[in-house]
Amino acid sequence: MGGYGDVQMIDENGIRVDGRTAGDIRPVEIRAGVIPVADGSAEVIWGGNHVVAAVYGPMEAHPRKIQKQDRAVLDVRYNMAPFSTTDRIRPGFNRRSREISKVTAEALETVVLTELYPRSKIRVEIEVLTAEAGTRCAGITAASVALADAGIPMTDMVISVASGKINGTVVCDLNKEEDNYGEADLPMGICANSGDLVFLQMDGDLSPEEFQQAWDYNMESIAPVHELMIDALEKANGGDS
Amino acid sequence: MSDQNAHGGRDGRGTRLATPGAMLGAREGRRLGHGVVETDSGLIATKVGVIHSDEKLISVLPTHTRYTPRPDDLGIGVVEAVQSNLWFLDINAPFNALLPMSLGPGKAEFGGARNVLNVGQTVLCRIQEVDETHSSVVTMKGLGLRRVDSGLVESLPPHLMQTLFSDGGSALKALKASTQCRVVLAENGRMWIDGSSDSITDVVARIARIRSMARDISNRDDMLAILSKEVA
Repeated sequence: MGGYGDVQMIDENGIRVDGRTAGDIRPVEIRAGVIPVADGSAEVIWGGNHVVAAVYGPMEAHPRKIQKQDRAVLDVRYNMAPFSTTDRIRPGFNRRSREISKVTAEALETVVLTELYPRSKIRVEIEVLTAEAGTRCAGITAASVALADAGIPMTDMVISVASGKINGTVVCDLNKEEDNYGEADLPMGICANSGDLVFLQMDGDLSPEEFQQAWDYNMESIAPVHELMIDALEKANGGDS
Repeated sequence: MSDQNAHGGRDGRGTRLATPGAMLGAREGRRLGHGVVETDSGLIATKVGVIHSDEKLISVLPTHTRYTPRPDDLGIGVVEAVQSNLWFLDINAPFNALLPMSLGPGKAEFGGARNVLNVGQTVLCRIQEVDETHSSVVTMKGLGLRRVDSGLVESLPPHLMQTLFSDGGSALKALKASTQCRVVLAENGRMWIDGSSDSITDVVARIARIRSMARDISNRDDMLAILSKEVA
C-alpha cells in the first residue's frame, strides 16, 4: 500500500539517502561576529540549514509590564524568511514560530545568568535563511554562540541536535526527507560542558530502547559541534583558532 | 574536552580564550573576579575572554561586554527624558540613569528642568550610587562635571577603556599630543573630543579604526599605535 512508510530511506547496510550512517550528523559550519551592529551574532550552516542569530542588550525592558524585578527577560524571536523553503512562508509570527521562540528562550534561560540584569531585556533574533529540517536546533545553537559573542554571562553554551526514527531505525540529525517521511523526531538541547539537558521535545513514537538510542546519539553529537563553537568564538575574538 | 587544559585554554595555542562553561580548575583560595563563577565541579568561565590568573585573583577579561555602572565612574550621558524635577540620562548602560534636580547643573523652578537641560543634550557626570537592580543616580556636582556644548562625543567598547588607557594614561597623552585635541575619557565607553574640526576628524577616524578592530584582542598593540602615531 502507499504511504510514507513505503519510502526507503536507509539501506540494509545502514546507509542513509545522503550517504551518512545512523550516528552521523550533517556538515556544520559556525561563524561568530557576522553582524557588526549587533552586540553579538552568529551564523550556523547545518546541512542545508542556514541560520543567523543576533543578540542586543541587555537593555531596558519595554513595555514595563514585561520586566522581571529579579532577572532579565530573554526576548527570543525565531523567524523563517519567506524564501527559506520552496513554499513561500507568510512573513510574520505564526503558531510554530511562537512555539519555537518560547522553547528557545526557556532553553537559554537555564544557562544565561539573568539575575545579573534585573528588569532588563536581552533581545535574541533568530532568522532562518534556508531551511532543511532541524531549524530549531540550528537556531538554538546559533543563539547560544551569539549570546557568548555578545558577552552575556552564561554558565554554559547550549547545543541542540535531533535524532529520530526512519524505517524503524533510529538515526541522528534528520535531513528534510527523513524529517518529512520519518516516524519520530527527538530534538534536545544539551549544555556543552556539563551535559545537562535544557530542552527536549518529541514528535512521534519511540520505544524505551529507541528513545535511549536517540538520546545517546544526541549526547554523542555535541562534542564536535562544541569544538566548532569554540573555534568560531576564538576566531571572532582574536584567539588562535 | 580532551584538548582543553585545566584553565580552559587550549594546548598548543598562543592566545588562551575562555568560553562560557570552560573549566578553570579549583579556586585555591583566590578571589573570583569578572567572568568567573564557582560551581560544585570547580570554577567556570561565564564569558568569552582572556583568562587572568594569579595567586590572589582569577578572572576573565571579556572581549566584549556591556557597561555596568559603578559608583564614582565618570560618565558621559545624553538626556533622554525630562520630568518636573529630574532628568533621565542614557549612560550606555542597560538602564537610564537618574539625575535629580538637586544634583543637576543649575537651579531651576519645579517644572523648569527643561530650561536647564533638555532632551538630546550631553553632560559629563559622575555615578553617585547604584542600587542592587543596577539603577543608578548620577551627579553633576563636582570638579569638571558640566554640560558639553562643543566638540563631539564618540563611543568605544567599554572593555577597551581599560585595555588601551590603563597604563598611566600614556596612550591618552599620545593621542592628545598627536592630534592637538582635548579628549576626556569616560568609563562608560564614551569620549568627548574637542578641538579644531580637522583634529576632531582625525581622532574620529582613529577611533573608527579601533572600533572595527575591537573584538580582536590580539590587535591591542595596533590599536595603541593608531592612537599614538603622528598622522592617522
